[in-house]
Amino acid sequence: MRINPRITDKLARIVLNTQAFFTVGILVIIILIIILKGAPHINLEFILSAPEDMGRHGGIFFTIIGTVFLVFLSILLATPLGVGTAIFLTEYTKESRFTKIIRFGVESLAGIPSILYGLFGFIFFVIKLRMGWSLLAGVLTMAIMILPTIIRTSEEAIKAVPRNLRIVSYSLSATKWETVTRVVLPSAAPGILTGIMLSIGRAVGETAAIIFTMGSSLRLPMSLMDSGRTMAVHFYILAREGISMEKAYATALILVLSILFINIIAYYIMNRVIAKYS
Amino acid sequence: MPMTDKALFKEKFIKGILVSFALSSLFFLFLIFIFIFIEGLPLFHKIGLKNIIFGFKWAPTKGSFGIFPMIVSSFFVTFGALIVGAPLGLSCAIYLSEYSGKKMKMFLKPALELLAGIPSVVYGFLGVIYIVPIVRDCLGGPGFSLLSASIILGIMILPTIISISFDALMGVPKTYREGSYAMGATKWQTIFRIVIPSASSGILASFILGMGRAIGETMAVIMIAGNALKIPTSILDPLRTLTGNIALELAYATGDHRLGLFSTGVVLLVIIMILNYIANFSIKRKIIK
Amino acid sequence: MDVKIRIENLRLFYGMSEILKGITIDVYTSMITGFMGPAGSGKSSLISIINRMIDFEEGIRIEGNVHMDGSNILDGTIDQISLRRRVGTVFAVPIPLPRSVYENIAYGPRLQGIRERSRLNTIVEESLKKAFLWDEVKDRLHTSALKLSGGQQQRLCLARTLATKPEVILLDEPCSGLDPISTAKIEEALSELKKEFTIILVSNNTKQIARITDFAAFFYMGQLIEYGSTEKLFTNPSEKKTEDYIQGKFG
Repeated sequence: MRINPRITDKLARIVLNTQAFFTVGILVIIILIIILKGAPHINLEFILSAPEDMGRHGGIFFTIIGTVFLVFLSILLATPLGVGTAIFLTEYTKESRFTKIIRFGVESLAGIPSILYGLFGFIFFVIKLRMGWSLLAGVLTMAIMILPTIIRTSEEAIKAVPRNLRIVSYSLSATKWETVTRVVLPSAAPGILTGIMLSIGRAVGETAAIIFTMGSSLRLPMSLMDSGRTMAVHFYILAREGISMEKAYATALILVLSILFINIIAYYIMNRVIAKYS
Repeated sequence: MPMTDKALFKEKFIKGILVSFALSSLFFLFLIFIFIFIEGLPLFHKIGLKNIIFGFKWAPTKGSFGIFPMIVSSFFVTFGALIVGAPLGLSCAIYLSEYSGKKMKMFLKPALELLAGIPSVVYGFLGVIYIVPIVRDCLGGPGFSLLSASIILGIMILPTIISISFDALMGVPKTYREGSYAMGATKWQTIFRIVIPSASSGILASFILGMGRAIGETMAVIMIAGNALKIPTSILDPLRTLTGNIALELAYATGDHRLGLFSTGVVLLVIIMILNYIANFSIKRKIIK
Repeated sequence: MDVKIRIENLRLFYGMSEILKGITIDVYTSMITGFMGPAGSGKSSLISIINRMIDFEEGIRIEGNVHMDGSNILDGTIDQISLRRRVGTVFAVPIPLPRSVYENIAYGPRLQGIRERSRLNTIVEESLKKAFLWDEVKDRLHTSALKLSGGQQQRLCLARTLATKPEVILLDEPCSGLDPISTAKIEEALSELKKEFTIILVSNNTKQIARITDFAAFFYMGQLIEYGSTEKLFTNPSEKKTEDYIQGKFG
């Protein structure tokens, strides 16, 4: 007997609704667990004091500094490279075999898992270039890793700038570079910023690529050649080696909160852009 | 008055710089391949391709570099993650594109994308604390298992599947749906017979990219998979993936042992490139269609 | 009367099709010259050759000569950038840059290297006055140009072009989307501006051509059918096609 299509229709709606809310439920549960378990152990002292006894006591201040150094420097390197690539692909060339090859390179970089970045950074920066486990090796590895994200989001943002604005700029006797810097980039800036924010989020949460390049020293990195520990690596070590569950949860909360914060900013910027151009 | 030589030179100079920036991505890709291959290939020569890829025994300090169980385990975990993540993710994408209101979309989409922002170590940790004991107590075994890893990885690939499937579903022209409704089809019939088939290559691509993410995932997996060096015979058995093998031993490996980890990396890299190629191919086919 | 632009046997090919089929025409200094004709007549393509904006199109080929003050703008002795300083353009749709009114006007002068605030202020004020927009925007120079009405935006675009101090101004159906009052203001501005500039106005509004131009050219299917003083063209056209077009029988 054929089932009545109306009943199937209702059934489908119910099943899909349930699955969607189940998925959101997972997210809510994950966030709730981290907040409930982490919040009681967080205070200003936890954030602002140095870790003691492998992180069993004290705070995570050095790891926050390590994270900030790593993220800031890798973004500083990857942004001009990424935005420059995006400008080249969108403004300075037509679609050709050459751009196809570059896009293939970008897509491939985006697909490489972080452990392979770790493997590469370890052999190339740490061993061959004799940087040792250092902030510099971590920064260079991370910069390559986030490059594809920045290129792709910048390209999308630049492509969304109406062609008319470029035409007007050229008609007012602007050169290509003047048009790019004075019209295209200002209009694309929020979209580019969103990409940078997403990259920051990725860099903050990364472990596999960092632990083998930047190392996991709990001292404060005083130079580019010093090893250091990011929050994510610290959390991993706390959790995996069972050093302190309390500190692990608290670190996880700070980690998730900072990524949440970065995502919200990125989303806010993105929505403003959508509102502006629609 | 022609453009001054200086201005002309400036434009050329800028273009040159931008070209070199664009080439840097290719250069980095090249570097990564070269260095992983330079370190990884000699062992294939020395031990033999067959003995590594189809070898069962991983005892790198004793000259055995078989990674077959890890290759199999990587695929098991990846398919496990797909079994958990694909139906959930696709349902979410269908719900978002076909059923939810605009406000709900505005809230749900970023919320689900946030799942992608949670670091993999946090997933791994929560897996250890919550999933592993539940599996151990309810189903038996050590808890650190294929099942636990599949569940956590399944959740981790949700954002990839949702966002790419969602884009594919949204890309189906409205007229297709209207045509179906006009012939008296219900919403579900329209979705099942018209919308999903039209978006199938995008949905397929989302699954493949999800697989790419799962097979490359490292930290969460080594925390919950148990890392045993054998082919799992049940979903409750522990296992070690290719990524896990590298991450677990790289910190202290030397000599041939380290080279063995790079050989593992070579295999992983090749698998990833094939997956990416298939995903790109299926996305491109959609565009041509 | 001095010839500002001399176009000789100009042909434009777009792929296999010939868009302009050998145009020869002189445009005179300090006059308003109207280019009219139905859609597809080639009048807009012609002005996009004069400002070399056609270079952004792909698959085109140009033959013939366009001389401005005696030098050929097609043979590479003049580059596009310096040409566009001398030839300003106002497009059919007003396209303000997403900036303030002030910054829109100052865009061209800044490109020319003018940085002093006082000089920019003067240029902005003068340009807005010439475009008959100053009174309406003088109190909100620093608000977004996107907030202006359509008619104001188009006058802003005119003012922005004036600010680059061009010799020739091309207007490509500048009033096609505007209401009669805004149209009147632009026409009023143009009648004043011809003292200083050579103006080419593309329009398929024959009444507008009759009202404000000194010379008029009628294009049809890529050919120049008739060219002469506006008065002659509208009172006693030599070609039957011109007469039919002016009387609104087609187009």
